Parts: sequence; structure tokens; C-alpha cells
Amino acid sequence: MDIATFVQVLDSTLRLATPLLFACLAGLISERAGVFDIGLEGKMLVAAFMAAAIAFVSGNVWIGVAAAVGVSVLMSLVHGVAAITFRGNQLISGVAINFLAAGITVVIAQNWFRQGGRTPSLSGEARMAPIDLPFAAALRDVPVIGPVYHGILSGHAPLVYVAFLCVPATWYLLFRTRFGLRLRAVGENPAAVDTAGVSVIGLRFAAVALCGVLCGLAGAYLSTGLSAGFVKDMTAGRGFIALAAMIFAKWRPWQAMGAVLLFGLLEAVANRFQNIDIFGVAVPVQAMQALPYILTVVILAGFVGKAIPPRAGGAAYVKEH
Amino acid sequence: MSQTQTPQMRQDTAASDIPAIELRGICKAFGPVQANKNISIRVRRGTIHGIVGENGAGKSTLMSILYGFYRADAGEILINGRPTDIPDSLSAIRAGIGMVFQHFKLVENFTVLENVILGAEGSALLRPSLAKARGLLKDLAREFELNVDPDALIENLSVGHQQRVEILKALYREADILILDEPTGVLTPSEADHLFRILRGLKEQGKTIILITHKLREIMDVTDDVSVMRRGEMVATRVTAQTSPTELAELMVGRKVLLRVEKTPATPGDDVLRVQSLRLVDGQGVERLRGLDFTLRAGEILGIAGVAGNGQSELLEVLAGLRPATGQAWLRGAVLPLSGPGADAQTRRAQAVAHVPEDRHRRGLVLNFHAWENTALGYHNDPAYNPTPWKMDNDAIIRDTSAKMAAFDVRPPDPQLKASGFSGGNQQKIVLAREIEHAPDVLLVGQPTRGVDIGAIEFIHQRLIRLRDAGAAILLVSVELDEIMALSDRIVVMFDGRIMGERLPEKTNAQELGLLMAGMA
Repeated sequence: MDIATFVQVLDSTLRLATPLLFACLAGLISERAGVFDIGLEGKMLVAAFMAAAIAFVSGNVWIGVAAAVGVSVLMSLVHGVAAITFRGNQLISGVAINFLAAGITVVIAQNWFRQGGRTPSLSGEARMAPIDLPFAAALRDVPVIGPVYHGILSGHAPLVYVAFLCVPATWYLLFRTRFGLRLRAVGENPAAVDTAGVSVIGLRFAAVALCGVLCGLAGAYLSTGLSAGFVKDMTAGRGFIALAAMIFAKWRPWQAMGAVLLFGLLEAVANRFQNIDIFGVAVPVQAMQALPYILTVVILAGFVGKAIPPRAGGAAYVKEH
Repeated sequence: MSQTQTPQMRQDTAASDIPAIELRGICKAFGPVQANKNISIRVRRGTIHGIVGENGAGKSTLMSILYGFYRADAGEILINGRPTDIPDSLSAIRAGIGMVFQHFKLVENFTVLENVILGAEGSALLRPSLAKARGLLKDLAREFELNVDPDALIENLSVGHQQRVEILKALYREADILILDEPTGVLTPSEADHLFRILRGLKEQGKTIILITHKLREIMDVTDDVSVMRRGEMVATRVTAQTSPTELAELMVGRKVLLRVEKTPATPGDDVLRVQSLRLVDGQGVERLRGLDFTLRAGEILGIAGVAGNGQSELLEVLAGLRPATGQAWLRGAVLPLSGPGADAQTRRAQAVAHVPEDRHRRGLVLNFHAWENTALGYHNDPAYNPTPWKMDNDAIIRDTSAKMAAFDVRPPDPQLKASGFSGGNQQKIVLAREIEHAPDVLLVGQPTRGVDIGAIEFIHQRLIRLRDAGAAILLVSVELDEIMALSDRIVVMFDGRIMGERLPEKTNAQELGLLMAGMA
């Protein structure tokens, strides 16, 4: 493999990891607060549609991003009302959101644009333009630093950098702030938070709303940054892969980044090497493309050490002494 | 001036003060159940005020209302003479009330420090709050003997230390009034003594303490005043020095109760059960029983004392045939298999070894089954219940259940009622009736009176003694040292899967047993 291919694969790893990273951190925050969320997929999908549709109509990608975040938060709050306020089953509520998203995006897309459940292709201002990091051009020909800085790190859409900045931000929020302490406590033992005079419901709604914001960004990047427009079911299970990455990372932000980079790398490799021979046997392209999903199954089957979820996760809080 | 005051005078001045807490006409209902009926109580400032009552008397509900965990349906709360509305725990904390719940409200995988500041962090960033708390904790530890490592994780602390963290939480929030709900239930005797030292220290600093317990000895030891609750009502308040355990027990139950178990010395017969180098390794590879040797004779009660979790439960399970172990055992001289064929509960029952499990909800009863179905469980192959091989005689079981319920004074005596519909004491009587009425040679009984009212405790104790006098061998496991001392003819203390020693109840005392239970001596 030559250097250029290597750089290309890593470059696309970052891009492919970005929606996973947003979604993974979204799930991480929600689950740390004790609210399981398998509706990440659905929220990303609705956000992806909303971002593309509004960006196309308004001609400004950032209005699209804002709309995506808005609708994703709205869906999070629906999950919150069902799972927190009415103490419904969190898994069922998440499944419902996924089904709703899969159907409603196509129906509305067809109704608005009449292109078979997709949005028109985005171009110009309606698409997220890559930005060059400072001095990227100047450093281009420096050995080692050049390919890494110019070839891999520079030249991505702004949301890619936002995603990776969200990692230390999430870590700081969870482990260095009052809000984070309470959020983690409410996922472990809500009774401790309640008796300390802090609202369990308020904290969980805050966590769920944050989850919505991050899912919105994930979906927006998917349709305006990674591709140029929305197509049916374009999340393709990324919400579930993000959940697998979160479990793999044992609900820790830095490890989550490592996990999504691994998934991103697998996807990038699958895209780049459509046909490879291993010991003379041609590996079909489908097998390569299935790699991230196979890894997901392996992780969820528990082959990667014991992962202990937040202790109060999945259950609504009911007072008892 | 104050030096010349007599204790009596000081009490008078305190009494004339405005009470730290006054509750007026508190009512609270959960559905059809009236948990608190028109409760009024005054707690003098700077005193330790005990609240006693049987399970379900409404003590915990009342305190949860005071802490804002529940809202009262009616009534008024006055803190230091001022009417105070306490809709949530935050208001209670602001009013200077701290509560140590029976089941601790701690985050297990947080450090002590993080638990202490949770909800009272002071600033949006953690670092300054943690530093401030660290300093304050050091002062509190010095002042009140509340030593805990601030950086230890809660899950690595002993129960006694976890309780200290709960007290520290309250003190960190500058609580003036501290409520403790059944604080000694999970403590060793020495830990309990330490707790009482802490409470006396807090009282000297002018804090007001409410102690909820069902242990009358603790009330007599540590409180200044005591209020008695019965069936949701406040029936009396006494100055502790002017009352007696007997009077309190009568007030709690509403009739005369025998606190001491009346029994004649045992007349032990032959060895019935002998156990040698009994070992058990659990699923995690931890050795739960590390070579036990003991003998159980006919007509005696052998008490196994120890803090919960030191192998007593496993011992009962092994002997009852519920889990395999290694070692040797003999029942009436014949080899008793501890693993493999013949080491199962069904065979044990057929060999007249009966078992009253420690946890009646999980092991003793099927809560969703009727009383009569529960009575047949374990004895369902009894010929009396199976006149023909293909159909059980349910009517026979129901008749039998009625008889057993009458013999054990189970209320209500209705065989058709589901097990979950009985109170704890009556559930336990159903289990005991099932096992005892089959006249076993050996009775293995765990926590016979856990969560059982005083009246029922008296009854259960009498029945165990009667079974002993009829010649049965009884192995009694209990974490209640008083119960062990009162019932046993010999006492064996377990610690960490080993037998620490054997004592005769008349030649030992709680201090000595407490040391053995803590693994010392």
C-alpha cells in the first residue's frame, strides 16, 4: 500500500467516524443519566432529512443544521416524556422512535420533493464546505507532518472538528462539573440524587435533550457533509453501531472516540478496497462492507471484556424507602 | 450558673424551650391504607428522641414526610416553632433536617467525597467544592469520630463506614436535626456502640436526633424521650428514664408481651447431625465455608451467631440440600451426602430435615400462590395429599392448612388468601407451620423473626422452644444477637466462613460474642 492510499483511508476514517462519534456521545450522555436510548438511529435519520430539506429550501446549510438539531431534540423529548415522565419502557419508546423516523422521513420527503423519498442534491451554500486548517497549504510538503496535517487532519467539514472537540468537552462536563456529577449519580442511584434535594426528572430531561442535540448534529453531518442530500434509510444502522461503540468504550468519552475510529477505519477500508484477494481467494465486496456490522455483533455478544452499564439504567425512578 | 444546674433543672429549661420539631395532626394514606393517622409529636431541642413501633406502624412514613420524601395529606410541620412547608427533600435540607435512611442513598461507585458533596456542591466546577469538602470532612471526622477515607469508593466500604458517610452528608449540609431510620439493623454490636458514641457527641453539640428503631434495648440505652407508634397512630410519648422495655413493648403491641423467652434447660439427647470439615466454594471462586466442624444433638437449639454474609446463609443452604459442598456429614449416624445424588431438598425433607429459609419471599413462599398451595410446597408428595397417583386432593390440603393456621394463630385464617396478602409475621407463621407440623427431627431455621412484629416474635420463639422440648434438633441462624442469646442452648459464632468459637449462653455476653463476630479474639 502506498503512502497516498494510506493517507486517503485515514482521511476518510475521520469523516466516517464523525456521525458515529456524535451519536456515540449522545448515547453515552443519555445512558450515563440512566435513560437507555436505542432511538439514536431514528433521531439521526430525522435530523439527516431535516438538515438536507431545510438546507435545500433555504440555501443555507447552517439553517438546515439548526433545524436538524431542533427536530432531534423534539424527538428526544418525546422519548423523555414516555420514559421519564410516564415511566414507560425505554426500549419500546426507542424502537417506536426508530419506526416513526424510518416511515415519516420518506413520506414527508416524497410529499415535499417528489423524488422518490429523497431530497434534491445539495450544492453550493446548501452543502457543508470543507475548511482548511491554518498553514495546511504551507506545511503540505513537509515530510510526515505534511501528509498527517494536510492530508488527514485538514480539509474536513466544520462538524468533523466539532465532533472531535465534543470528546474532551463531554469528558469535562461529566467528570469535572457539578452537572456531570449529578448526571452520573442519577444514572447510578437516583434515590441518592432525590434525597440530596436535586430533581431526578430535571436531570434526566437535561441529559436526554443533550442527547438530542448531538444526534441532530450527527444526522446533519450525514446528509450535508458526508453526502449531498438525504436518501431513504441513509443512517444504515449507524445509531446501533454507535451504541455498540459506547458499550465497547464502557461509557467513557475518550474510549468512545477510539471505538468509533475503529469502526470508521473498517468502513473506510471497506470503501477503498472493494475487491481484495486473501491467499488467492477473492473476498466479495459485501463481505468487506459487512465488517463494521460484524464487529458490532462481536462487541454486543460480549467478547470484549465485561461492560457494566450504569446501575439505574433502563428503569424509571419510583420513590420508595 | 450552668455548672450549678442539676440535671432535673436543665431538663426543665430545655422543656420550656420551643421544640426543634413539632408535628401537628399529620395524616398520610397510600390508597386505602392509612399509614399515619392524625399524628402529633414534639421533639425537644438537643435531645435524642426515639420512635418505636412494629413494622408497618408508620414510623418510616412519618419520617419520610418530615424529610419531604412524601407529602402529608393533612397536618402541619413546625421547625423551631416556625410553620414550615416541606414539599421536597431540598426544603427539608434547607430547614436543617438530615436523614439517614435504612437503605443508604449512596452512589456505590462514587468516592466518599463525591457522595458527600452531591447536591450541595456550591459551585459549577467540582474542583473547589471537593477541596472545601475535604477540609470540612477532616474537621468533622476529628470532632465526631467519623473517620472515613474521603477518596475510598463506597462499594469498598463496610456497612458501618457507609453509614458514617450518610451522617457526614447530613452534617455537611449543616443539619441541626438528624433522623436515623433503623440505623443498627446492619451493624455489628461494636459498630452500633460506635454509632451511639457518635450520636451522643452530636447531642452534646446541640443537635437534635430522632432515632427510629424496633430494638428496645437501644431506646433504653441512648434516648432521652421515646414515642410509641401503633398502626399508624402515635399512642404515647414517655421520658425514657421513666419507662421500661416492658411498658414500651405493651404500648407497641397493645397488649401484654413476654420479652424474655421462658425456657427450661435443654436435655440434649443423641447426636443427630454431625458435620466435619465442611467447605464451599461459590461460583466466583470465593471460599464461603472454610472447614466447619460441629455437632447438633436432639432436644437442643444450636445458635449460629454472626454478622450477615459470613457464611451462615451458605451453611443453611448446604444442609438443606440447596447447594453442593465438600466435607463429611452424618445424619442419625448414617452418612449424609453433601453433593451428588441424595443431596437435594426433596431427599432432605424425606429424611425429616426441615428448612425455614432466611428469605421467606424468595425461598419460603410463592407469593402469588394461595396459602394452601404454599402449605403443600415441599410436601406435595405426601400420601395424605395424594390419595391417588394422578390427582392431588386439594380439599385435604385446604383442610390441613386450616388446621395449621389455627395451630399457629395465622391471621386471617383463610387458606384461600394469596401468600402476598398476609403480613410479614403471618407469612412467617405459614412457613413455620408447614415445616414444624411435619414434626421434623432436624429444623434448620434462618432469621425466624426478621421483619416480624413483636407479638409474633414471642409466638415464634415459644414454638421453637416447644419443638426443641419435643426432642427435635434445631439449628438457628440469626443476625439478631438477642434472639441467639435468648433461644440457644449453645452458641457458635461464624466469621468469614469459619467457626470462631463456641460459647454457652449463660457463660457469655454480647461483648464477647461481638468480638468473635468481628473476627477478633
